[in-house]
Amino acid sequence: MSGWAELDRFLATDPRDVGCEEAMAMLHVYVELVAQDAGAERRYPGIAAHLRACGPCSDDFEGLLAAIGGPAD
Amino acid sequence: MAMPHRPAGGASIARLSFDFESEEWVRALRGSEAERQAAVERLHGLLLRIARSEVRRRSPRLGITGPELDDLAHQAAADALLAITAKIGDFRGESRFTTWAYRFVILEVSAKVGRHFWRDPGVRLEGEDWERLPDRFGFDPAREAEWRDLLAALRRAVEETLTERQRRIFVALVLNGIPLDTLALELGSNRNAIYKTMFDARRKLRAALAANGYVDDDRVRRS
Ligand SMILES: [Zn+2]
Repeated sequence: MSGWAELDRFLATDPRDVGCEEAMAMLHVYVELVAQDAGAERRYPGIAAHLRACGPCSDDFEGLLAAIGGPAD
Repeated sequence: MAMPHRPAGGASIARLSFDFESEEWVRALRGSEAERQAAVERLHGLLLRIARSEVRRRSPRLGITGPELDDLAHQAAADALLAITAKIGDFRGESRFTTWAYRFVILEVSAKVGRHFWRDPGVRLEGEDWERLPDRFGFDPAREAEWRDLLAALRRAVEETLTERQRRIFVALVLNGIPLDTLALELGSNRNAIYKTMFDARRKLRAALAANGYVDDDRVRRS
């Protein structure tokens, strides 16, 4: 990714972003919706926004997704 | 910030409907001593398996291997088990029991990884090297003429518009590349608080760049 796109991504903030605490508290619910392709982002746009912007939380999300067997094919 | 869905109040009193497997887990973990023991043992086995694959998944970034890695997995599984058995009453059946339980072990691994970096003397918290800023965002040194003014404006915005705490956190995370969880430990804070401080800082920096004509059509502009 070029510097401009990366800087743009870094500076962009989504007002729906719920923050780490809220996202982690619902991670078990969110991850099952993702694994079942059941509209996770539509139901929890604030968590989706957070996971797009927060490295450590998205890393935890990836770990939990792998733990429950990854996304359904 | 938007509020996510929360279960209605009084959920602990209402009869919650769990799927069969989750129901079995909760019943066994609250059952007779023999039943409980067996369930705890089985759960520990599952948690350890998850912890091991999680430390393996993260190991390329960790710089630790072998016995130390396995030790971290064992500790995470043991601590997660304690947390799960203490908080079993919080399980609402919003997900499968195992998904709820695995969240504890993943978060334990995550926290232990943060502490691992914290003890690493290679982690630099002090000092600020602004020369590293272009590289942090992947700007090509060969095209410096295109980004020099933009990054100078960004640095000015960091120094002029951020609070002292926001500035300190920007320097640690962006310039020094300290992992967020490690920084939280160092500052006696937590991930959520650091993230929110940085969230506000990012918004202010973007507004400052926009005010100075560095944002066009909602994108950071090339010089
Ligand atoms: Zn987060």
